[in-house]
Amino acid sequence: MAAANPADTQTPVLRFERVSVSFDDTPALADVSFQAYEGESRVIMGATGSGKTVLLKTALGLQRPDSGTVYVFGRDISRMQERELFEIRSKMGMLFQESALFDSLNIEDNVSYPLLNQLSIHCPPDQVLPRVEEALKFVELEGTLEKFPSELSGGMRRRAAIARAVVTQPPLLLYDSPTAGLDPITANTIIALIVKERDLNKTTTLIVTYRYQDGNLVANFRYNPKNGGLEPAVNRTGSQAGAAPRTLFMVLREGRLVFEGPQTELEASQDSYISKFVKHRG
Amino acid sequence: MLDFLKEPFIAIQEFYLLTGRALRNVAARPHYGDDIVEQMDLIGVGSLPIVILTGLFAGAVMALQMSRALAQYGQVDQTGTLVSISLVRELGPVLTALMMAGRNSSGIASELGSMKVTEQIDAMRALGTDPIQKLVTPRMVATAVMLPLLTILADFIGMFGGWFVSRFFLDLPSQQYWSSVWRQLEWNDITQGLLKPFVFAFIISLVGCYYGLRASGGTQGVGRATTQSMVAASVLILILDFFLGKIFVSQVVS
Repeated sequence: MAAANPADTQTPVLRFERVSVSFDDTPALADVSFQAYEGESRVIMGATGSGKTVLLKTALGLQRPDSGTVYVFGRDISRMQERELFEIRSKMGMLFQESALFDSLNIEDNVSYPLLNQLSIHCPPDQVLPRVEEALKFVELEGTLEKFPSELSGGMRRRAAIARAVVTQPPLLLYDSPTAGLDPITANTIIALIVKERDLNKTTTLIVTYRYQDGNLVANFRYNPKNGGLEPAVNRTGSQAGAAPRTLFMVLREGRLVFEGPQTELEASQDSYISKFVKHRG
Repeated sequence: MLDFLKEPFIAIQEFYLLTGRALRNVAARPHYGDDIVEQMDLIGVGSLPIVILTGLFAGAVMALQMSRALAQYGQVDQTGTLVSISLVRELGPVLTALMMAGRNSSGIASELGSMKVTEQIDAMRALGTDPIQKLVTPRMVATAVMLPLLTILADFIGMFGGWFVSRFFLDLPSQQYWSSVWRQLEWNDITQGLLKPFVFAFIISLVGCYYGLRASGGTQGVGRATTQSMVAASVLILILDFFLGKIFVSQVVS
């Protein structure tokens, strides 16, 4: 399932080197190191308060590490000024836990926000609306341009927030608990959108989740542009229908990275904490 | 041992940093002109009713109470002087600022606090905007422009309130009231009366923003930030009012 290790040939898109973050002497991330390569998917699991969100925020430069170094696209962002970070952030999309759409703006203004405000995007004014409409079509939310976030359901808000994250077509996408608080059907729709974005635009994807099904879908399914749905990356006869991108699982416990590896290793783990997150496939 | 001092010192440092960054951003690009105009409307125009009512009754009450004291010396005809000096120097700026602290410091703190706890502030940073540039500076500029204007309005309305009482309750001729209102006003009074609201505007907007941006812990945290901002802004206004008053009074005496 896992492709050949790209470590020898590529610069990692995201690299954590012994990163620690703490709040009021309580460690949120402790000595975390990993490297994510282009096109790779990472599924990050862990209990509440294990540091999953902090990891994403540190990757985005919203949270500064107390020690260690974070490299994004080969550049050290740990000590960058906020204004320098804007350029790096324009290559990253983030879906926040509760969507974090701006309440005071309608969906059109929310989705166009990165196009208009990220200085390095340089989107011509006449291209803003078509790109917003395209992004909303991608998440199947056409016709909501004039609506305000409070008028949408939880699942629709999540989809609008995905549209806002992908509208600039960033090569690195971070999703913080994209399925939290959603019913299983909506949750699967959201994961399908994430896989679709990954496979169509070849993005590097980090997903924080506590649902093992989400990780399973990301690891073993791919987007089929013909019927617009997801299909298993390996079909029943065992022949490859098309390789799914390399997916690695990470498990955090009290800020420490206690597992990093492919799904088979995760499922084989005997550790009682790690195995709590695994539901074996039937 | 001195741990109890740590928190207030950190708070002062953070407030100082926020103020510095908000002021620096006034000149820095990008400028959010639309946000400034929107905030002027919300903070300035939106506060008109409360400022008019406050000014009117403050002036009326001043005339009513002072006339009693002045009657002891047979100087009821000087009511206008007392009303105008106390309004322009003290009551106009302070009462308007206190009302604005109640309405706008808390409003700003709750709005920014809600944005903070729902990660909208983080989203703003992730999407290439400096929240201080986008949220704090427009509120600060809008308040700094609108509060002096509102204070001037409150002063005039207050004088009108004083006239109403003088004319209909104290039976003073209108002309006498208005001439005593103008005669005693000096540049010192007017400078003080305009400088104070300008300084208070920074307190009202920045204290609101400061408490809003450090809100944490969900809706309860937003409620806490709202209350704290109003209390802190009001107390700071009264403390600063004393020191500003002291500077101007010393000038006159010396």
